[in-house]
Amino acid sequence: MDFILIQFLTGLSNASALFLIASGLTVIFGVTRIVNFAHGSFYMLGAYLTWTITRALWDWGGREPLLFVLAILFAALAVGALGALIEIVLLRRIYRAPELFQLLATFGVVLIIQDIALAVWGPEDLPLPRPPWLRRFVEIAGSRFPQYDLILILVGPAVLAALWFLFQRTRFGILVRAATQDREMVAALGVDQRILFTGVFFLGSALAGLGGAIVLPSQSAFLQMDLAIIAEAFVVVVVGGLGSVPGAFLASLLIAEVQAFGIVLVPKATLVLVFLVMAGVLIVRPYGLLGRPQAHARAATGTVEPVIRPAPAILGWAGAVALALAAAAPFFAGPYAVTVLVELAVFVLFAASLHLMMGPGGIVSFGHAAYFGLGAYGAALGLRFLAVPMEAGLVLAPLLAGLFGLVFGWFAVRLSGVYLAMLTLAFAQIVWAAAFQWVEFTGGDNGILGVWPSDWARGKAAYLWLAIVLCIGATLLLRRMIHAPFGYALRAARDSELRAEAIGLDAVRIRLGAFVIAALGAGLAGGVYAYGKGSVFPTYISIPKSIDALLMVLLGGVQTVSGPIVGALAYHTLFLTVLQAFAWWRLVLGLAIVLLVLAFPQGIAGFVRQRYERARGIEGA
Amino acid sequence: MLSIRHLDAFYGRAHILRDVTLEVARGEVLVLLGRNGAGKSTTMKAIMGLVRPAPGASVRFDGTEIAGRAPHEIARMGLGYVPEDRRIFTDLTVMENLEVGRQPARDGLEPWTPERLFAIFPNLARMRDRPGGRMSGGEQQMLTIARTLMGNPRLVLLDEPSEGLAPVIVQQMAEAIAAVKAAGLTIVLSEQNLHFARRVADRAAIIEKGIVRWTGTLAALDAEPDIKAQYLSV
Ligand SMILES: Nc1ncnc2c1ncn2[C@@H]1O[C@H](COP(=O)(O)OP(=O)(O)OP(=O)(O)O)[C@@H](O)[C@H]1O
Ligand SMILES: [Mg+2]
Repeated sequence: MDFILIQFLTGLSNASALFLIASGLTVIFGVTRIVNFAHGSFYMLGAYLTWTITRALWDWGGREPLLFVLAILFAALAVGALGALIEIVLLRRIYRAPELFQLLATFGVVLIIQDIALAVWGPEDLPLPRPPWLRRFVEIAGSRFPQYDLILILVGPAVLAALWFLFQRTRFGILVRAATQDREMVAALGVDQRILFTGVFFLGSALAGLGGAIVLPSQSAFLQMDLAIIAEAFVVVVVGGLGSVPGAFLASLLIAEVQAFGIVLVPKATLVLVFLVMAGVLIVRPYGLLGRPQAHARAATGTVEPVIRPAPAILGWAGAVALALAAAAPFFAGPYAVTVLVELAVFVLFAASLHLMMGPGGIVSFGHAAYFGLGAYGAALGLRFLAVPMEAGLVLAPLLAGLFGLVFGWFAVRLSGVYLAMLTLAFAQIVWAAAFQWVEFTGGDNGILGVWPSDWARGKAAYLWLAIVLCIGATLLLRRMIHAPFGYALRAARDSELRAEAIGLDAVRIRLGAFVIAALGAGLAGGVYAYGKGSVFPTYISIPKSIDALLMVLLGGVQTVSGPIVGALAYHTLFLTVLQAFAWWRLVLGLAIVLLVLAFPQGIAGFVRQRYERARGIEGA
Repeated sequence: MLSIRHLDAFYGRAHILRDVTLEVARGEVLVLLGRNGAGKSTTMKAIMGLVRPAPGASVRFDGTEIAGRAPHEIARMGLGYVPEDRRIFTDLTVMENLEVGRQPARDGLEPWTPERLFAIFPNLARMRDRPGGRMSGGEQQMLTIARTLMGNPRLVLLDEPSEGLAPVIVQQMAEAIAAVKAAGLTIVLSEQNLHFARRVADRAAIIEKGIVRWTGTLAALDAEPDIKAQYLSV
């Protein structure tokens, strides 16, 4: 009984920080329609800044609680100001860009902030020194409960009340609510949206900073805080309903309690529990507890996606020559080159599988690495627990990925746009955390080693040929699918769900089919990768790996058949040659992403099309 | 007061307005007449900056060029806009909707307050705290006009204020427009209902396929049945 009470209180206190972060995310989304990936980075900066400011203040005036509170407020304001700055410099320019580009731009900010934090605060975890008043306990039902956590319990409701007051009783709040519904009308009534948006970004970022600040005493500041929390915040926002602050409050309570009790009851499967709760809520209420159906994002009139044309013959020939050269590489190139070629084959399939969803399907997944990783772990776990040979492992890999693709896809394909992006990312993060946490089963951070191919494929040349046959073969199969009836049905479902259904196509089923096929492809790629490397690690499933896949597809152009192949080759080569040369490659990659989005807010393909049309228009005149 | 010259506008590549030229004098009520899809709403949106006027267009408001400016700047200069689809903030109460429209008072005009607006739109006074989403079409139409007046505009663009309203409400609407005119505002409205136009407007401009075909007083229009037959659905 006492245990239940204590766990319940622990859940309440964890809910507070979760609510601060999720409410900031949801408020920003409500008005600007941007899902801010960098929100987790603001949370991390809140913790780091509080660490620095608190220590400075304590050095000056003693370890007083008041100075700590002051430091928290300073940190939150500083993070808010940074958020406003990023809005002014970056986001303001891309409000009209496609969602995918907005998400990528904010992910670029994540990378930049990661390297800046590393440069400023170093790689070590930074715990806050704990003066006696931070270590105090109170007696509750015969158990000791940290006094600080008891105070945290009050923070969530207090912030909820403050936000309620702000949104119901102030002009700023009323304008924000109005803008959430109809930005253009608000502007036509004489309200400068730019100030409103910057203000909202300040508020949301400050809330994230505050969230990071208040968890510092119990968690310390560390570099992986950003992506860890963003996935959790996505779960809360999706469960609560996108754009709803009270929804975020309820959902953060729910999720935090599930975690608090889950950690005691099923310590290794907390995340599975979180997933089940999220799934349960979404089955009953697809738009979250207090969410409302999104206005179906409709492409502006006259901007129908171009038809994906088969690659010109010359590109086919070039591809065949390149493939022949790659296959012959073991005869003239060194072992390193052969290893790289295996990786290239793997990434071509990885990108091509995502492209099937994104291009013809219009389903932008931010968690495609989940299926790559599941493939890799499928092979490794099969070896570890069932001692299956490589041949069976390479069947197990896509099957495991496809199975999860079926489960996750069931939820994902019903949604669109940012909802879909957040959900796919949250799923991927759950898989990642399972691989990371469940040490007995997956080896945790140490991964699983000794995943070697069967004897006949152990030679470098033999494995390259195997990788080429499997990966390039599967890629060509995926290409073919685009121009088969399935591909046409998929495009019909993408362009107009209603029209597709009018001609007897079940849009949801078709999209789910694409999702599963993509998962199978990524799983096979992951399996081949695992045997090629001889080991698997949780990083195969990490968010940056999912972003890699997106970048590959984008680099090649979403609406071209050869796009993902060219993109994967270009991106991986670029990564090996350029990025690895930089110590601060995250910063470089982040800046590159941000600049690319700023330069081509409509995407590179869109830019080329625009130029082409303009040139033609001039001719016609 | 408002002087529009050579206004062209596009939706994507569709050329909607062609060389629209209009003059609106201070204190008058000008009605834009035309069939469905003639370009009345687009003209208003182009004036407000919600649709970008093509290069070469000139829209002068009280002598200041406003073509190409942002909608909120144009609104702040004293141009009010009431869209045809009303666009009430459904989650906000009547009072909150009015608050969104509120802008500082303007020289020479008595500032609008909720109380003063309730005198013109008595229905609204009884539902101050009702969310906009739970009001009838007629009530919403009153609220959009009241909301725009809270910005203390000198000129209002009213897009089809009588559309879809019951005859009693149309009657109230005509009285409200007269009251707004009496308060010293200039009004441009669009209509398909010639009967309603005749009651409230001083002058008419007929638009067809994005081109201004005819301008003159309503009495002059009644004297030209050919024009009416050709461009209006009567
Ligand atoms: N968002 C849009 N995208 C593309 N074309 C549009 C859009 N809005 C209007 N049009 C087209 O522009 C033309 C003029 O439309 P507009 O709304 O200005 O007409 P209107 O005179 O207000 O008609 P109504 O009396 O039906 O309101 C029409 O041919 C219409 O089809
Ligand atoms: Mg119209």
